[in-house]
Amino acid sequence: MKHYDVIVIGGGHAGVEAACAAARRGAKTALVTMRMDNIGVMSCNPAMGGLGKGHLIREIDALDGVMGQVADAAGIQFRLLNRSKGPAVQGPRAQIDRAIYRSVMQAVVGSQEGLQVVEGEVSGLLADAVGVRGVILASGASMTAGAVVVTAGTFLNGVIHIGDRKQSGGRVGDAASVRLGQYLADMGLRGGRLKTGTPPRLDGSTIDWAAVDMQAGDDDPVMLSFLTDKPAARQISCGVTSTNEETHEIVRRNISLSAMYGGHVEGVGPRYCPSIEDKVTRFADKDSHQVYLEPEGLNDRTVYPNGISTSLPAEIQEAYVRTIKGLGHVRILQAGYAIEYDYFDPRCLASDLSVSAAPGLFFAGQINGTTGYEEAAAQGIVAGLNAAAKSLDLEPAVFSRGDSYIGVLIDDLTTRGVTEPYRMFTSRAEFRLSLRADNADQRLTPMGRRLGCVGDSRWERFSEKSSEIARGSEMLQSVRLTPKQLAAQGIQVSNDGQSRTAFAVLGLAGVSPEHVSALLPEFKSVAPSIQRQIAIEALYQPYRDRQTADVRALQAEEGQRIEADFDYSSLSGLSNELKSKLNQIRPENMAQAGRIEGITPAALLLILSRIRSGQRVSSSR
Amino acid sequence: MDTIFALASARGKAGVAVIRLSGPKAHTAVSQLCKLPVERRASLRNLVWKGEMLEQALVLTFGAGRSFTGDEMAELQIHGSTASIAVVTDALAEMGLRQAGPGEFTRRAFGHGTLDLAQVEGLADLIDAETKAQHRQAMRLLTGSLGEKANAIKAHLLRASALIAAVIDFSGEDLPDGLLQEVMSEVDAAREILAAESAGFGAAERIRDGFEVAIIGAPNVGKSTLLNRLAGREAAITSAIAGTTRDVIEVRMDLDGLAVTLLDTAGLRETSDPVEAIGVARARARAESADLRLLLTAGEVLEHPQLLHGDLIVRNKIDLDGMPEGSMAVSALTGAGIGDLLAAVSSELSKRVVNAGTATRQRHRAAIIQALGCLDMAEAALGHGESQVEIVGEELRAATRALDSLVGKVDVEDLLDRIFASFCIGK
Repeated sequence: MKHYDVIVIGGGHAGVEAACAAARRGAKTALVTMRMDNIGVMSCNPAMGGLGKGHLIREIDALDGVMGQVADAAGIQFRLLNRSKGPAVQGPRAQIDRAIYRSVMQAVVGSQEGLQVVEGEVSGLLADAVGVRGVILASGASMTAGAVVVTAGTFLNGVIHIGDRKQSGGRVGDAASVRLGQYLADMGLRGGRLKTGTPPRLDGSTIDWAAVDMQAGDDDPVMLSFLTDKPAARQISCGVTSTNEETHEIVRRNISLSAMYGGHVEGVGPRYCPSIEDKVTRFADKDSHQVYLEPEGLNDRTVYPNGISTSLPAEIQEAYVRTIKGLGHVRILQAGYAIEYDYFDPRCLASDLSVSAAPGLFFAGQINGTTGYEEAAAQGIVAGLNAAAKSLDLEPAVFSRGDSYIGVLIDDLTTRGVTEPYRMFTSRAEFRLSLRADNADQRLTPMGRRLGCVGDSRWERFSEKSSEIARGSEMLQSVRLTPKQLAAQGIQVSNDGQSRTAFAVLGLAGVSPEHVSALLPEFKSVAPSIQRQIAIEALYQPYRDRQTADVRALQAEEGQRIEADFDYSSLSGLSNELKSKLNQIRPENMAQAGRIEGITPAALLLILSRIRSGQRVSSSR
Repeated sequence: MDTIFALASARGKAGVAVIRLSGPKAHTAVSQLCKLPVERRASLRNLVWKGEMLEQALVLTFGAGRSFTGDEMAELQIHGSTASIAVVTDALAEMGLRQAGPGEFTRRAFGHGTLDLAQVEGLADLIDAETKAQHRQAMRLLTGSLGEKANAIKAHLLRASALIAAVIDFSGEDLPDGLLQEVMSEVDAAREILAAESAGFGAAERIRDGFEVAIIGAPNVGKSTLLNRLAGREAAITSAIAGTTRDVIEVRMDLDGLAVTLLDTAGLRETSDPVEAIGVARARARAESADLRLLLTAGEVLEHPQLLHGDLIVRNKIDLDGMPEGSMAVSALTGAGIGDLLAAVSSELSKRVVNAGTATRQRHRAAIIQALGCLDMAEAALGHGESQVEIVGEELRAATRALDSLVGKVDVEDLLDRIFASFCIGK
């Protein structure tokens, strides 16, 4: 029987990051997938990054993950979202050529040292009293491992709906993973059902491009990876059109035929990704909705019409799509569909994404109730790093809300659970001004290096950049400028006679690195990209102290550990509802406990006083 | 946890005294004195301890989780004499129960989650309330007037934060125009409530601690005589010698349900006597910080440097010059016009009560002032339009966080709910 340190089940975005991360830490890793050539397939929209999501990709990249670099290689249009707003909320986004992404990703996975791809369907897990020991394949063969990561995506009991037609499957054309789902459900893990939708795919050669607006990428494209300097592929524009009253009328007239409105779907769908049926019903007063026409690749005529996902019957889809300007004669290549799938309540997981009830088993990706490539990949890297830690007895990878969006994601999932497919927003991060896409490397690369998942070439490049930032910042900190000197450069500050450091001046609204260079010529020796980075640090400096204080308070609460066997049922004065919630979620520390929905200050006081007094009432379990 | 007891009613002679017990042995203790009544049913019992009849009592019991503290509890309502109270509490102490420390019942209630912090504080005030106005104030806090305002503030901050979140996280998703103006008006609305609350702080604290009314005026104008007349007793030493009162004398009194501390101050004059000079300086300082000043005169006075808006000028010694009595013309010696004067003082103080804010604690004050500062910064950042929306978001977060203790936490899920209910967002 073949033995690995880590086995990863699934070759989607979570699986790939998990497998590569485990291998980078030195774990002998197997990635088991039903079809090898499906590794790196993007099953939803042909774009990566954006707000919150772009932040996640940068963090994955800072840990030497693969998503950012592969996306940059496959990017056919780059846009920095929120360019007119502050840098903390700017998110890099790219349209991706699916074919390039898939082939580059397969090459990356193929060349990853210590990683072997195994084609097969996992039908069950090998387990003993101590925990999970490996996997059983449908072929009857088994493989053993110190840790197993399940990244089953939407393939667990997936059901695809188009109108009243339904079929089993995780993605059109692929089989659903029914047996594994059943096997996991039999373990007694609580689960639920979610849904997500896709729009019809259009034949780009039948679109009247002249009739729609075109949106080009940025003139100075911002890459997703810290290691990429410029796009590799030819750059394209996307079309922008919109629905109209006629479109809405067709949708309204046929709404009862929709799988989601006809009662065929039990799962809960995401609010931020409403179907055209939702839009027309819930926002009836709006007479038009934007539709982005996103090409799926340079050599692919398929176009993804972002904004009109649906589960109406195919012929209705064709009717309403053709009412849209520019799409009058469009041909649908693949009808839109809704997909329902199983997820497991992520509150069953510890913060390393291991299943609390099954040592050695880790979950990552949509199986935990999230949506999106980036959210999946972020969990993948966490699960991969920690599966390697478990198997090889290495330092665990711990992320906090104070250091990363990854930490926010993990904490939200494991302490709050999900009620709809979970997607990242910058608003979920309370330390948004500190957790920026531009400083993801400064925040996480040193940690990644310590964990052994950051390679030499990245580390060298990072170290160089860091010392340049330090050099430039010190330069600015050591020089003080008077209001008079500033006025000579056209920088108006209150004439209070107070001198300011050049660093503080760079943080003032309307002051650019060029202004500072004029006052301080040696600053010109700092590369423009480093100058920009320092300018961002200077801009948020006034908020840093406050956020740092808040982060410290958070860390203090995180430091107040709650034992895994803490007996909530014996705490008098706690409502039964809270007791059962706490018993289920099992917060690892006071910070997590404080974020549990419905928790009261009194309950926290009780838990804290119990911990402090050390009055451990023996558990009844 | 041990079982505690305490006299729950006021000390001293009264018709009924209430002794409360709380803790796991509360019912056992009662059962050692009498047959335990049915839970939550008042029953008349003879309390017998070591073969001796102590008292007749109305006994009430509450089960754990169904009581004020959340513990098992009992109440013994006995006759209100000091002796009766002593024999019963002695018996309880002999059983090994512990006399409760100040606020311990409330603390247990808080610990059991049966009260929130504002309620605990309101309760503390209620227990301390000496007068009806304090009682009213404490009742307002308990029944959630603070909660109502907090909810209004929360609603405004939530909406503002949701709009900012929409502007940041859903840019390019055809949002309606004018969202930042809407943020501004929400921030303004929250600021207005907070500013009103912060302006009312002084009066709210006064209701709890009582108002100070200073009697000021030239030497020998009859200030101490008036104080004694108002207080109805010889509180201050009166004499006809100018400068007799050298220190500030305080008399606490209940005026139409308001707790009032009357201050008799040294006559305000230039003096070469160093002791009297200190008295005059103190008098000026106390008079300045008092809530209301009564300027007592023996003749016509229209202005005085220490008088503030709402202060009263009172003509004394009308018994000597035969002026008609009225609210502002009295004889401290004979009592003529004193009733009207009290009514005038009471009505002036009541006006301030009406304006009283509901946040009474230092904690609230600090939180509100901090939040106001954040909202100022948010408005300043809003002045820069889109380019500083993330700063606006941060200031709103900080303001909301400062107000956590008052308004409860605002959750990101609340924000998202608000966004998705308001806008058609998503592709």
